[in-house]
Amino acid sequence: MKSHVWRPLYVVLFVVATILVVRKIVVPPDFGIGPRGYMYGWHRPSNEGEWQKVTVKYRTTEYCKKCHRDKYDEIKQSPHANIACENCHGPALAHPEDPKALNIDRTRELCARCHFRLEYPTSGRGKIRGIDPKTHNPGLECVTCHWPHDPRKEGHHDHAQKLL
Amino acid sequence: MITRRSFCKKSLLMIGGLALPLSAFELFDPKRLLAEKGDGKKVRWVFLVDTEKCVGCGFCVKGCKTENEIPYDANVTRTWVERYVVTKDGKTHIDSPKGGRDGFENRAIDIGEGKFQEIKNEEISKAFFVPKLCNQCDNPPCVQVCPVGATYQTEDGVVLVDRKWCIGCGYCVMGCPYGVRFFHPVYHTAEKCNFCYHRISQGMKTACVEACAFGARRIGNIRDPEDPVTKIITTERVNVLKEEYGTTPQVFYLGLTKEVK
Ligand code: HEC
Ligand code: HEC
Ligand code: HEC
Ligand code: HEC
Repeated sequence: MKSHVWRPLYVVLFVVATILVVRKIVVPPDFGIGPRGYMYGWHRPSNEGEWQKVTVKYRTTEYCKKCHRDKYDEIKQSPHANIACENCHGPALAHPEDPKALNIDRTRELCARCHFRLEYPTSGRGKIRGIDPKTHNPGLECVTCHWPHDPRKEGHHDHAQKLL
Repeated sequence: MITRRSFCKKSLLMIGGLALPLSAFELFDPKRLLAEKGDGKKVRWVFLVDTEKCVGCGFCVKGCKTENEIPYDANVTRTWVERYVVTKDGKTHIDSPKGGRDGFENRAIDIGEGKFQEIKNEEISKAFFVPKLCNQCDNPPCVQVCPVGATYQTEDGVVLVDRKWCIGCGYCVMGCPYGVRFFHPVYHTAEKCNFCYHRISQGMKTACVEACAFGARRIGNIRDPEDPVTKIITTERVNVLKEEYGTTPQVFYLGLTKEVK
């Protein structure tokens, strides 16, 4: 038996073994076919858990109710009842630990998101009472005159002095 | 003594053996077949968008970007709001400045390169806003084209991307007929809306649904006949986007018209 006959076979076997070892190391152990089958299911199932662990930043209005009951009750019986607190104050994250206080956005742009007048006949936007920020008391914050938590009420005029 | 005949026989056998894939040795598994048919699942997330209610305030886009850690000023977003203004001369004008993140505080249509087109109120025949997001298709083309199994569909119907496994080839970005995929500016991997998987898995609503003051966005479980979203989808005239692609999208729209693509 001459070894030169076997030599190419050993080479092939070695190559195959290397590929299998590399595959074992590189491919995650749980990689496989998920419940969605061969076409859509190939994945690493532990990745689903990784996505589920993303931190929740927006804690919803119900969360604020615990401590800011007065604000909650006020806004819930106003025309702004459905606007989430965190839309105007930013995500709560771990507030009141971190951050200690939330942002207060008094810009005109915030209110104009809904109140910039667009007379669109086939859209909910056309039904909201709108103003043109260019002509409706320019230079003043909207909250000077309109209380954001209940826009039927007057704003706190002390900000007006700060601005002027 | 090895003969030429036995040498040939043995090497042929070996080559044949090597060529057999491992999966050929797998036994027939009826459970897996059933799973592929998609029966017996308890949860299948679906989305309902009411374009009549949307006012284009953009709080959903703002909330989505913050909740899902998409760099706020990068010009990419998982969900966005398009404005459609159809004029009496039959033309359709569409814009979505910054994905609608800051709302629509300009009457003129953003036609790109810093140019704006004024449209008079008298010329408008219909105008409305259409929120867009991933359709979590039943036949997701973006998943089919992934060469490494980095994007996949979970049992409850959400298409996810494995950031550790994605090689950034971009096939899925090209493959999505709805253009919802993009590259994450920080991780440089494929990125997409996943119905806030971390929120819905713990019984919360998605950030965009929470942000919407008008009920234009809703999420539900189509396998639950008592779910209000299921009731609307099964009893009212809902439509989906680009049905002709055969993707079986699972985001349903109320008030869609032919101008919406
Ligand atoms: C566990 C109780 C608690 C909860 C829940 C809570 N807050 Fe607060 N919040 C506080 C406290 C205490 C402060 C005062 C911190 C300070 O002034 O240093 C505060 C301050 C604030 C401020 C700043 C007030 C100011 O005068 O500057 C805002 C705005 C605010 N909270 C909004 C919210 C919103 C919106 C939510 C819901 C997402 C919320 N908070 C939930 C306890 C809470
Ligand atoms: C439409 C936007 C908007 C919404 C929605 C909103 N706020 Fe405010 N909030 C403001 C603005 C603007 C101010 C500053 C008002 C001022 O000082 O004139 C403010 C002030 C506050 C303050 C501090 C000022 C104070 O009077 O003590 C707290 C606390 C607060 N909001 C909590 C809440 C909570 C809780 C909710 C939800 C129930 C909520 N806000 C919803 C816009 C909003
Ligand atoms: C998410 C959309 C939205 C935002 C943001 C918003 N509003 Fe409103 N606002 C509404 C809706 C809806 C109504 C009720 C319908 C109407 O009156 O047109 C309303 C009503 C009002 C009214 C009329 C109240 C009345 O009945 O007399 C005023 C004034 C007002 N808002 C001021 C503001 C101010 C100031 C801000 C910014 C702090 C603001 N709004 C932010 C949606 C919004
Ligand atoms: C100087 C005080 C002042 C400021 C600042 C101000 N408003 Fe007003 N606003 C008024 C008064 C007074 C009215 C009621 C009379 C009227 O319709 O002009 C009113 C009416 C409104 C109405 C109801 C319009 C209607 O058709 O009934 C809306 C909505 C409104 N304001 C939103 C805003 C917004 C948004 C801002 C900020 C961009 C703002 N306002 C800034 C004083 C103010």
